[in-house]
Amino acid sequence: MSDILKYFRQDRLPHIWCPGCGHGTVTGALVRAIARLKLDKNKVCVVSGIGCSSRAPGYLDFDTLHTAHGRALAFATGIKLARPDLKVIVMTGDGDCTAIGGNHFIHAARRNIDITTIVMNNNIYGMTSGQYSPMTPKGFLGTTAPYGNVERTFDLCKLAEAAGATYVARGTAYHAQMLVDLCEQALTHRGFSVVEALTQCPTYFGRKNKVGGAVELLEWIKDRTVNSKAAAVLPPEKTAGKLLIGELYKNPQPEFCDEYDKVIAQVQRKFDGFRGGVRGCEQNSD
Amino acid sequence: MPSAKLMQGNEACTIGALVAGLEFFAGYPITPSTEIAELCSEELPKVGGKFVQMEDEIGSIAAIIGASLTGKKAMTATSGPGFSLMQESLGYASETEVPVVIINVQRMGPSTGMPTSPAQGDVMQARWGTHGDHPVIVLAPGNVKECFDLTVRAFNLAERYRVPVVVLTDEVIGHMREKVVLPDWKDVEVEDRARPAAPGGYRPYEADPDGGVPLMAPFGEGYRWHVTGLFHDETGFPSGKAEVADRLLRRLDRKVSKNEPVIRDYVTESTEDCEILVVSFGSSAMSALSAVRRARREGVKAGMLRLKTIWPFPEEVVRELSKSAKAVLVPEMNLGQLAYEVERTVGCHAPVVRIGKVNGDLFRPDEIHDKIMEAAK
Repeated sequence: MSDILKYFRQDRLPHIWCPGCGHGTVTGALVRAIARLKLDKNKVCVVSGIGCSSRAPGYLDFDTLHTAHGRALAFATGIKLARPDLKVIVMTGDGDCTAIGGNHFIHAARRNIDITTIVMNNNIYGMTSGQYSPMTPKGFLGTTAPYGNVERTFDLCKLAEAAGATYVARGTAYHAQMLVDLCEQALTHRGFSVVEALTQCPTYFGRKNKVGGAVELLEWIKDRTVNSKAAAVLPPEKTAGKLLIGELYKNPQPEFCDEYDKVIAQVQRKFDGFRGGVRGCEQNSD
Repeated sequence: MPSAKLMQGNEACTIGALVAGLEFFAGYPITPSTEIAELCSEELPKVGGKFVQMEDEIGSIAAIIGASLTGKKAMTATSGPGFSLMQESLGYASETEVPVVIINVQRMGPSTGMPTSPAQGDVMQARWGTHGDHPVIVLAPGNVKECFDLTVRAFNLAERYRVPVVVLTDEVIGHMREKVVLPDWKDVEVEDRARPAAPGGYRPYEADPDGGVPLMAPFGEGYRWHVTGLFHDETGFPSGKAEVADRLLRRLDRKVSKNEPVIRDYVTESTEDCEILVVSFGSSAMSALSAVRRARREGVKAGMLRLKTIWPFPEEVVRELSKSAKAVLVPEMNLGQLAYEVERTVGCHAPVVRIGKVNGDLFRPDEIHDKIMEAAK
C-alpha cells in the first residue's frame, strides 16, 4: 500500500466520488501500474477534462492539469510535444472522451502520440446527474432518455484502433487485477495507448436503470464482458453481445514526437536566423 | 545588424514571435491567417521548436496552453470563425494564468462571411468573447512593422502578466507588403515569466491580491502542481468558497486594469489643438490619417489618435484628448464597436460619430474626410 500512497496527494483525500463509484478502483489500478513501473513522480503529467473521472488527477501527486470539457487530449498533445521526456497520461470519461472530445481522441490516435489514455466508461454523465452518453447502451434510461436511449453506442476500442491507436485494451473495475496489468502495458507502450475501463455509477446509472448498487453493477459488468483469450475458444453463442476484455490490439508504429524530432534533426541549425533572427543563438549570420 | 526587408504583416508577426522566443505553435488553416502557420511550420524546427497542425482551433489553443505550461512560449494564429472556437480555452488561459499569444487576422463576419476581405468586427469578441469577467490584453498593429513590434510586445506582456494576449490585425494588415527595417534580434527587449527558485513550498497562485502576478513553475521540473479552470485558492486546488472566488477574480482583473498606464500604447498626430478628433486603429487608421492630414491642409483643426493597445481601453487618454474636441469620429470596419468605448469615455463632452464600414472594403480616405468636414461645419 505504501508504495502506491506516495503517488497520492493524501492531503486532498477523501475524494468527491459517490460511495460505490468505480472511479477509485480505476484510479487505484493506474497508480498501482505506475508504482510497479517505479515512474519518477517529477516526470509524469496527468491531464483530464471535465466530469467525475476528470477529478482524479487532483488526487495524484504529479504535475496535473484539469482542463476544459473534452479537451484533455489537445492540452496533453501540447505538453507531450513540448516535453517528449514526460510520461503523459490522460484520464477521461465516456462523455468527455467520446462525445465532446471525440475529435481530439481520434486525432491523437491518428498521430500515434505517446500518451496513455484511461477512459472511465460508466455509461452515463455522472457529474451532471445522469444524462445518456454515447456509451449508454440502447434502451437504457438516462435523465435525457426517459423512454429509453434510442441511440447506438460506440465500440470505443474498435474506434481507437480504427483511428490509429497502437495499443488498445479494455478492462473493468470488476477485474481489478487485470486492469492494473493493462494499465502497465499501456504505460510501457510507446505510442498512443488506450485503456477503456468499464466502471460503475450506482448513483445515476444503477439507480435510474434499476440495475442496483455497486455490487449488482459490478456483476452486470462481469456478465456483459468476456476475456478476449477465452472468447477465442468459446462457441459464438457464449460470446454473442458481450464486450471483449483484455489486450485487444497492439501494433507498434513510429511515434509522433519521435518523427517530429527527425525533422528537427534534418533542418535544425545554429543560426541567427529566420530573417529577423532567433534568440538564444550566438552565431549571427544574417 | 538592422535589415530592410519587403514582407507582409503575417510574416512580420511570425518573425516577431520567433524573436520573442516562440518555441511552440499549434494552429489550424484559416484565411487570411494561414501564412503564419505555414511560416511557423517552416521555421520552428530549424530552431528546435515544435509546430503541430491540430484538428481544429479548439485543439490549437488547448495545445498551446499545454505547451506554455511546460515553460515554452507558445502561440496560435487564426481568423474570425477560428477565433470564435477558441473562446472557451481563452477563458481557461485567463483563469489559470497561462501566458499565450493569439494572432487574430480579422476577416468579414459573422459566420464564414467574406474570408478574403478585411474587417474589424472582433473588437468586442476579443475582449468579451469568453464567458465571465476575465483579463485579456488586445494589441492592434497599424502597419507591417508594427506586426513585428506588437507581436514581440504581446509575448512580453503575456509573460509579464500571465494573461492571454491577442494581436488583432486584419486581412489588409496581414497581407499588405511593406518595406520593414527590423532591428537586430539582440537589440529587442524580451521578457520571460518569473519562475520560482526551487520546488519546496511552492504555492502556485500566491500573489498580492491587488493585481499581483504569481510565479510560474514549468511542468516536469518537480513542482508537481495542479492547474484547474475551476476557481481555486493559492494552492491551485479547487475551492467553492465565495471569498476565494472573489479574491481570485478581482486579482485577475487588477493584473490588467492596474497596469493600464503601462500597457497603453497609442500614436497621436495634430491633437494639440484639435477640434475634430479621429480615433481609429489597424488598417482603418491608415485611411483616417490621410483624411486628417488633408483636412488640416484645408484649415480644419483635425487630429488623430491611433490605438495600438485596444484593451485595456485607454480611457484617460481618450478623455484628455477629446476635452477640446467639438466632435469625435470613430472610423472602423464594423458597425461601431470601439465607438462604444469612446462614447462611454467621452460622455456628453462631445458628440461621437460612428463611421462604420461593413462591405469588406477598406475605407477610402475621402469617405472619412467627408465626415470630418461635415463635423467641422
